[in-house]
Amino acid sequence: MTGFASAMSALTGAATLTLGQSDFPHPMHQVTLAHYLVLSALLFGIGLIGFITRRNLIIMFLCTELMFQAAGLALIAFSRFHLNHTGETFVIFVLTIAAAEAAMALALVVLLFRRRETLDASAWSELRG
Amino acid sequence: MLGTLAQHGTDTVGDGAAAAGAHVAHAAESIAAATPGAELMLAVPALTLLAAILCGLCAAFRVRSKLPAWLSVGCLGASFVCVLLTYLNLAGEHGAGGIVPRIAHGFEWLTFQWGRGGTGGEGRSFVADFSLYVDSLTCLWMLFVTGLATLIGLYASEYMVGDVKTAGYSRFFAAFNLFVLSMSCLVMADNLVLLYLGWEGVGLCSYLLIGYFYKKPSAVAAAKKAFIMNRIGDLGLSLGLMLTFVHFGTVQFNELWPLIQSYASGATPTPFIVQLIPVLFTVGAFGKSAQIPLYVWLPDAMEGPTPVSALIHAATMVTAGVYLVARFLPIYALSEWALPIVAWGGALTALLAATIGMAQFDIKRIMAYSTVSQLGYMFAGLGVLGSVGAASHVFTHAFFKALLFLACGAVMHGFAGQLDLRKLSGVQKMPGWRIVGLTMLVGCLNLAGFPLITAGFWSKDMILADAFSHPQFRAIGWILLITAGLTAYYTFRVYFRVFMGPKYFEPGDELHAAAHGDDHGEAHDAAGHVTHSAAPHGQHMAAEGALAAKGHAHDHGHADAHGVFHPHPPGWAINLVLTILALATFAAIPLFFIGDHHGWVGDLVHGSSSNPASAAAAHEAAMHGHGPHGGSFLGMDPHAVMYYVSAVVGIIGIGIAFVLHLAGRTTPATSRADALLPALGPIARAAQHKWYVDELYGVLFVTPLRVLSHIFHLIDKLLVDGLVNLFGWLPRGIGSFVRRSQSGVLHDYGLRMASGLAIILLIVLLGVLR
Repeated sequence: MTGFASAMSALTGAATLTLGQSDFPHPMHQVTLAHYLVLSALLFGIGLIGFITRRNLIIMFLCTELMFQAAGLALIAFSRFHLNHTGETFVIFVLTIAAAEAAMALALVVLLFRRRETLDASAWSELRG
Repeated sequence: MLGTLAQHGTDTVGDGAAAAGAHVAHAAESIAAATPGAELMLAVPALTLLAAILCGLCAAFRVRSKLPAWLSVGCLGASFVCVLLTYLNLAGEHGAGGIVPRIAHGFEWLTFQWGRGGTGGEGRSFVADFSLYVDSLTCLWMLFVTGLATLIGLYASEYMVGDVKTAGYSRFFAAFNLFVLSMSCLVMADNLVLLYLGWEGVGLCSYLLIGYFYKKPSAVAAAKKAFIMNRIGDLGLSLGLMLTFVHFGTVQFNELWPLIQSYASGATPTPFIVQLIPVLFTVGAFGKSAQIPLYVWLPDAMEGPTPVSALIHAATMVTAGVYLVARFLPIYALSEWALPIVAWGGALTALLAATIGMAQFDIKRIMAYSTVSQLGYMFAGLGVLGSVGAASHVFTHAFFKALLFLACGAVMHGFAGQLDLRKLSGVQKMPGWRIVGLTMLVGCLNLAGFPLITAGFWSKDMILADAFSHPQFRAIGWILLITAGLTAYYTFRVYFRVFMGPKYFEPGDELHAAAHGDDHGEAHDAAGHVTHSAAPHGQHMAAEGALAAKGHAHDHGHADAHGVFHPHPPGWAINLVLTILALATFAAIPLFFIGDHHGWVGDLVHGSSSNPASAAAAHEAAMHGHGPHGGSFLGMDPHAVMYYVSAVVGIIGIGIAFVLHLAGRTTPATSRADALLPALGPIARAAQHKWYVDELYGVLFVTPLRVLSHIFHLIDKLLVDGLVNLFGWLPRGIGSFVRRSQSGVLHDYGLRMASGLAIILLIVLLGVLR
């Protein structure tokens, strides 16, 4: 729950954010870099597990998006931590590209569906050695 | 560059001339001679090459007529005319018929220079141009090569008619012309390299033409045998060529003669290398001219079409070895061993081949062995320094042996490939066979050395007399004399059995059907009647008769419906050629009585590098006078009595053949000789099996080599292939394990990716914690 709480506080009071590394703040009152990283890791983990366990192509695609955003989140957190805008700029570009990529991926999914009349990923296994 | 070379050349000539000797002066003359007059000789290679190319084009454009034959005969005839004109133009310059040697320069072919060139004299060069060395020996050879090639081409135009509808006809004539091209390079070369090119060229053409019926396994085997045997000889020639260059620094004839002559005075001892060169040349000559121990390919070469046997394997190519020895007689004279090797090799071959020929039944094979035997005579003649006799015999032999082969070929052609003398009899009495019979008789008389009226008698006699006039070679004389008797016997054995006696024949199991595509006309009611199994012949007619009938339509038609075999006698082309050749053998007789040196050929030989007088003088000087003189035949002068002796021997041989094979013979197989055969027991059988020489070679060379090749094959298969395969198997083995990971399921890949990521993460974490 710490992750959620810190995320909320990060959204509500950005001003109160303390990013000093020397004095580790109280977990419930101050949102630190670690919170963001943990959240990012969680998002990534959820995406990964979803990607591995689900067979529906659309869900799998969503899971990859989730992992993607986890990486984005980590980038922004580091960007803020270092007090520059490199990471943020990067994420904005990545989001743009991701939007395009999502359009393509969904189009692919549609085409794959038309071929097999199913969204099950295991229907595609021609690359077996 | 050429200027320097010419300078060099004239310098050496100058040195040589200082060493004196009539031949030296004559050689020097030849070099100073950029004498023109022989340029027309260049037309011979050009014309034959043109004909070969045109025949090739005929094959490419699918010409299915006699066009290649007429092209070839035209070009060959034109080249004969060129040679004849050149000779007539120049004749009389040197002796009665001889000419001054000259060079007709074609084009620059091989020129290398290395080392420090220029004035220092350190630089060396190698020059081999496409130039023709034209002297009287060249003219002699070229006259009969082109003349016979023309006639035999004409003969082949009819003989090969069965192949007109296939590409074989063009292929035959292309190889035929290529052969004459190579032969002209060989004979007219002005340097050893061009000679070697021609030497290999005739070997190749011989291979191509022996293997003409390439679907017949025996023909293919014979072609390979001939080629491989010749390779052994060619190795000798090429080594001799290299040694010549190493020692003398040149391969051009006109530069070589003076260098060779410088040893001829006997003042300086002949170096070992110079003595070795002719021995190596002899190996080459014995290979090409089928002498012991390399003679076994020639009888097998009879697998080729008969015109090929006549031209290449009787008249021209096989005399290339004789030419080589004759051309290089000056260097042979310097060697202690070369001349005895040549003489003994030739004499023993003559005897051995004659004994084998006596026991054979295949008439073409008998003629092949007789060729080997007669070539032995020529070598023996050269070995005893009787180059006039040898060259005369080459000349007469070329005509009468071609005649004999072509007559045998006519028989073979007419009787569906029958060559067994036990299955043919009285051919001369059959309608349409008179000319073949008569010309065959002329050829046989020549080969047997029938006295006075045959050219073969005069040339053979010359060799015998030469052999007896050297005391150290008296044994060779006796061998040759015995061989002369045997020759007369086996020659007339063929004639009496095949052409005389009761009329009878059995047709051969004609390969015409498979290989020739010929038909056998019916129009003549032949006397011989055979109950020939109708089925195979009938099939053959159905398949091939319609095709080939056109070519034969003039005087005989198709086979009758019953498939009964009738021989078809030869047409105009074959008869014409046989007649011309028979007349030529008679026309050659007067040639022995003109000129200053035992006839026209003698004049030619005396005017060339194979001048026997200067060779004898050089030999004597080099051997420091060890060559004794004044041999005798049983106390008489061999040159005076040999006419009578050889005449008697020849007639005795013919007489024995008459008694054993004609007198009292009522059927083809009841001659007295056949009754005599069991009495001879194993000797006759061994002679029939060619004294088991092929088997001996098989055990000595073929089997060990085959075993060795199997061993090498095994090594290759296990070691080399094993290594290569290992490198193939290794990735395959690894791959077969790794391949399983490629399940094709997307989730597996994801999981594996995740676990990989986890591992990396773990490593990073551990690194951080440490």
